[in-house]
Order: sequence, then C-alpha cells, then structure tokens
Amino acid sequence: MVKIKMPKVQEALAVTPALPPERAAPSPAEGVPPSDFVIRIRNLNLWYDGTPALHDVTLDLPRCKVTAFIGPSGCGKSTLLRCLNRLNDLIDGVRMSGSIHVSGQDIYDPFVDVTELRKRVGMVFQKSNPFPKSIFENVAYGPRIHGVRNRSDLDAIVQKSLERAGLWNEAKDRLNRNALELSGGQQQRLCIARALAVDPEILLMDEPCSALDPVSTAHIEELFFDLKTRYTIVLVTHNMQQAARASDRTAFLLQGRLVEVGSTRDMFTNPRKSETQDYITGRFG
Amino acid sequence: MKKLFRSGEPFIWLTGGALGGSLIMILGLILLIAVNGLGFFWPSDVALLTLADGSKAMGQIWNREAIPTPGEAERSVEHRLQIHVGNRELYGQDFRWIDEARIERREWPEQTVLLERREWGSFYGFIREVRTEGRAVAQGSSDEAWNAMLPLLDRARALWNEVRALEKGPMGEIYRRQERNRLAVRRVRLRHGSEEEIQRLLKESEAWGDKYRRVSEEIGRLRSEMNRSAVILETAQGETKEIPLSMIVRAIRPNALGVLGKCRVYAQRLWEFASGDPRESNTEGGIFPAIFGTVMMVFIMTLAVVPLGVLAALYLREYAKQGLLVRIVRIAVNNLAGVPSIVFGVFGLGFFIYLIGGSIDRLFFPEALPTPTYGTGGILWASLTLALLTVPVVIVATEEGLAAVPAELRQGSLALGATKFETLRRIVLPSATPGILTGMILAMARAAGEVAPLMITGVVKLAPTLPVDGTFPYLHLERKFMHLGFHIYDVGFQSPNVEAARPMVYATTLLLLVIVVGLNLAAIGLRNRLRRKYHSTAF
Repeated sequence: MVKIKMPKVQEALAVTPALPPERAAPSPAEGVPPSDFVIRIRNLNLWYDGTPALHDVTLDLPRCKVTAFIGPSGCGKSTLLRCLNRLNDLIDGVRMSGSIHVSGQDIYDPFVDVTELRKRVGMVFQKSNPFPKSIFENVAYGPRIHGVRNRSDLDAIVQKSLERAGLWNEAKDRLNRNALELSGGQQQRLCIARALAVDPEILLMDEPCSALDPVSTAHIEELFFDLKTRYTIVLVTHNMQQAARASDRTAFLLQGRLVEVGSTRDMFTNPRKSETQDYITGRFG
Repeated sequence: MKKLFRSGEPFIWLTGGALGGSLIMILGLILLIAVNGLGFFWPSDVALLTLADGSKAMGQIWNREAIPTPGEAERSVEHRLQIHVGNRELYGQDFRWIDEARIERREWPEQTVLLERREWGSFYGFIREVRTEGRAVAQGSSDEAWNAMLPLLDRARALWNEVRALEKGPMGEIYRRQERNRLAVRRVRLRHGSEEEIQRLLKESEAWGDKYRRVSEEIGRLRSEMNRSAVILETAQGETKEIPLSMIVRAIRPNALGVLGKCRVYAQRLWEFASGDPRESNTEGGIFPAIFGTVMMVFIMTLAVVPLGVLAALYLREYAKQGLLVRIVRIAVNNLAGVPSIVFGVFGLGFFIYLIGGSIDRLFFPEALPTPTYGTGGILWASLTLALLTVPVVIVATEEGLAAVPAELRQGSLALGATKFETLRRIVLPSATPGILTGMILAMARAAGEVAPLMITGVVKLAPTLPVDGTFPYLHLERKFMHLGFHIYDVGFQSPNVEAARPMVYATTLLLLVIVVGLNLAAIGLRNRLRRKYHSTAF
C-alpha cells in the first residue's frame, strides 16, 4: 500500500525540459494493434479519508482510441480519470494502492516528475475553465510554463493547437481578446487547444460536453475523430449516446468497481453483465 | 396586526429606516464640516458698530446667538453678536461679544481695510498714511491712499518671498553642509583618522562660513529694503498703528468688493490654505506640509503593508497545512485589527524607534550621538507602525481574494504541468488582485485617519522641512512630519487662540476628508480597471 502525498520538494526542484516546437506524433496514426495499451491500471484501490472510492480496478487503455468511462454519479469514474494525471494528489486525505503505468512508466513512483507527467497527460474539465487572459495567452500558457520563449515558436504552437481544436477559424482574428468573451462551446474547445499546446500523448476529458448545447456537443464529438488519430482520449461521460457515438471502447463502473469493459459496439449491443444492461437501457443511474 | 408583521412589511421599513438614518448622519456630518470649513475663507463685510456708550467696534460678524437668561431658559429674545475685531496686539483677543441692545448704529464703510498679517492675526482699520523711506506718499482713508499702497505692497511681498527663498534654499543648504562637515569631523576623530582629513574638512567648513556671511548680508539688505515701506492705520476706537508692508500677507477692502471680487479673494485664500505654510502656531495660513506628510505617510505605509500582508496571506492560505495552528493564527490576525491603535504606537516607539532606530544610529551615525538620527520619531517609523496596524486588513482581504479564485482555474493550470508556484504567480495572484487591492484600499483608509500612534512615532506640530526636498538624498525618511489628523487636534485643542482657530479645524477636517476620499477613489479606480481585466472572479 502506497500512501500518496504530494512530493513538494520534488515538485519545486522539477526541471521541465524545453518543449520542442514540433514533436512527432507519439505513434503512427493508423494500424495500431489493439494490444498496444498505453495506460495500464492494476488493482487500483482508492480511499477518500478512509471511504473507499475505487475498488480493485484493473484496466488497460489502448493507444489512439477513445475510451469512455460510463456509470452513475459517484461511481468513481472521475476519480479514476484524475488518478491518471495525479490530480488527486491535491486532495488531502487521499490514500491509494495498486499501480498505474503510462507508456511503461509507473506514474506513482516517488521519483516521477509530476509536472512532466501532467504535460504528457492533458486534461479538459467538465466546466470550461479558460484563464482570464487573452485567447493567445490561454493556449500559450502551457508552452510558456515549459520553457518556450520564442515568439514565433509560440505563434506556431498556438495556431496548430487552435486548428486541431477546430477553433482557429473562429478565433484567429481575435487572439488578443479575452477568452471569457467566447461562447461556452468555444471556451471548451479553447481548453482542448490549451491542453493540446503542450503536446500530450493522452487527453483526459471529464464530461467535457455536460454544460454545452447539442450543437457545441456535436462539434466537440466530431473533434474526437480527428484527435484520436494522434492522441489517446479518455472520456468520462454521463451521456450514453455520447459514449456510443464517440468512443471505441467503453468501461462501465459501478460503486467504485469496474463492471465491464469492451468495445463500445459490443457493450451497447450485447452487454455481458446484467448491471450494464440495466444501466445502458436506463433502468437506473 | 399579526398578519402585517408576518408579511415582513415593517421589517422593510425598519431596514430602510436604518439605511436612511445612516445616510442622513453621514450627509449631515459632511454638510456641517463643509459649511463651517468653507465659510471661513469668505471675506464677509466689515461692520462698524457704534455702541450706546459712544464707543466703537469694528470687525466681521461671525456669529449671532440668543443670550441665555438664568431661570428663563429658552425664552430669551435678546441676542448678541460675536465680532471678530482682530487687532490682537491692541485688544488682547480676537473676538468680542456685543449685545445687540447696546448697538446704536451699524455702518459698512467702504474704506475699511482688512489686513491679514504674518504675525498677530488680522487687523481692521482705516488707512491714515502710507509711507515709504520715512516720508508720506499718501494720507487719509481715500481710494488714493489705497491705490498708493498696493504697488508698494506687491514690492514688499516680492522681497519677502525672495528672503524666504534665500533662507530656505542657499541658507538651508549651508546649514546642512556645515552640519554634515561637523559630523564628518567627529566621525574622523571617532575613528582616529588622519589629522589632514580633519584639516581639510575644517577648511571646507570655513568656505561654507564665507558663503554664509555673503548670503546673510544679502538677506539683511533685502530685509532693510522691504521694511522701508509701512502703512499707518487707525482703528475704530482711534488708536493708530504702524505696520510694515512686508508683514502683510493680504490687504483687502471687503466692503468695497463686489461678489466677483469676493469670489476672487475666496479662491486666493482657499489656494493659500491648500498650498501655503502655516503661520501663527498653525492657526493661520496654509496646511500644505500636513497634506504632504499625510499623503506621503500613506504611500510609504502602503508600500510596506501590501507586500507583507499579501505574502503572509499567501502562506496562510496556500502553503500552510490547514489545521488548529493555522486557525489560531488566523483568529489572532483578525483580533490584531481590533487592538487599540495607541498600543501599536507604543510598540512602534519601543521596537522601531528605540530598538531598530537606536541600533541604526549606533552602527551608522555614531558621530551624531547623543542626537538621534533614526532613533527618534520619523516618517519611516510612523509609516511602519501604521503598516503593522493595517496588516491584518490586508491579510484578511487577500485571503478572501485567494479563496475566491475558482478551483477549476488552479486545476486547469496544474493539469497543464504547471507547478504550484507557477500557478500561484500566473493564475491565482492576478485573479486575486482585486481582492488584494480591496485590502489595500481599506488599509489606506484606516491609515489616513489614524492619529494616536503617530503622535509618539514622528508627527510634530510644525516640521521645518518636508520629508522630500532638493538636497541629497532627496528622500529623508528619518525626518519628522506633519499630519492632517494631528493638525486638527493641535489647532483645535492646543492652540493659544482656540476661538479663532475653530474654522481652521473645520477646514482642515474637510481637507482630510477630501484627501481620504481622493486616495480611496484612486485606489478603487485602479481596482475596477483590474477587475475588468480579470472579470472571472467575483469581487
């Protein structure tokens, strides 16, 4: 059992290497064998102040696919997601056991550089949270933090990230305007662009569309198809249709346990467990 | 009845009434101060009163009140007038109370002259003679004499200003150089330095001494020139008095002035009040040094308190492990804001002045001892004492500002791989800036109005020099300074001439209010600009 505490000294000493302006995509986009799992979770248990939140979760997530976590509120899917970039470290009284490997590295190893991990594992939150800065500064925030100073490099990163997040055409003429002037859907795409700007391998999406209207939601779901050619996406959603539409694999969690995981098509057409059947047909949750 | 109570209607009246009452009280306060303070500068007409016994009195009517008759309270119909008769050296006091019943006749003669003098206060009278270089230029109280006096008066005033400029500029410089040299000699002696060095310094001092003689000769010449002209005035009761024109600040004939002319005099007097130096133990003249001292002290205080308070709040809110100890510290900090301010003054005296200032003196200014340099009250120690007094306000406001920064913003930054420090510096602090500035505004408002701790940490009744001037090192943080709040207390309660000084008290109070409001408005304007910039936080 590992007791997790924020390694403060280590964080303060963390030397983040400068981000190369153009890094090759983590893997070739097409033809990934499904056995190429980028995240491996083994026997993960987690307690908040002694209250169990995750129970013995073992799960592998494939590279360059969209994996959806579904389940009723409080089932632990967001907690599981936040374990992947160690954002749970911020909460006092969290205790966990088990292991998570990202690209072969144990991310809970005491010598792991948390900032480096979070750079590799980007996150988009339920509520869009652009910084109260200009659109440009929002996207450039991550690269700046990681040492990019050159203005033309930053310009290139910002443009590329906004393009990938499908926001470039709407935002290119007002990069210096405050990001809070954007609409809700645009703000969420800005947050995606901001996460992409540090060139992550994995994107964690914590109910990214729950506060958006259907049009904006469709817009972001379309994005997943583009993004998954480069990034591994983990999507937490409450919306069955969204999981069915946008994900390749689905994991169903219930009360902190992983009930079932499999390809989305199988799961929605032919679930193996009765709880899954009940949940996706809307009998509870 | 019960239904009415349940409907909440009376509660609305109660709340509205409470608000209205507070507003009326504040408005009344401002109105009272404004009327009393601003009326002081108006050159009202001068009345010449002939009394029943044949004697005469002349002056401005300042007040009229019912004469209280013992046993017949509130029924009095008799009134009396408070006359500002001036001519202090003749009558011994500035005011006379005269019963209206005793007044036979009231006149408003146009020739009445009101002189505001550098010493002895105002003088009311009629011109008898204007003389320069011992011979009369004009006689009588006619317009001719008045017009003959004006150019001479301008000349005398110009000379007086010249003398003052010499005294403040070159003369002050010489004094300071000589004092510095004297101290340098002592320093060399204390260190058993070379005799040559001492000789060199002494020679330098001598050179300054020569310069001193030249300047003082020049001043003497100017003085004798400016004392050549004088005016002889006759009072209402027939005494005559010769007044050198150089002693006159302003001469007006209030009764001959139209409304426009009076307005001009009013503006002049108001300007003099705001920009001039005090005269006659602060009961006359301006209060510029006090304004300057107040504003400068608030600025130094702000420079000290904001970084200190913000850093302390950052540790308390962001880094300290929230627990019993932090809660106790927080409660203690909040309670610190309730400690009587004089306690901070005593602390400032003991800690800043005697301990720190005394140590600085022993280490860096041993040649001046036993005369203290930093080991006595000064604007720096007063500002630091007030900073200590207001630091809880800044801590509390900053903590609230930090708490109001949404957790999503922090997580967003951390999720991008930023460290906690980077998140604080780039996201949290900018978003909390409006909260920090709110704390700064409250601290400034508190500090600008505080007097008690200043009285033992560096405020004086009359400071000969401002804490900023043209001599190296330009900013003299060890100097004592004047402060509006203390000035009000001093003029109102410590003045030899309380009655005459009362309008000054109101005027000074009004100015203090204006400055406090002005400082606050400036800070609020700054905050609102920043708030627009970071309008995601609710402050």
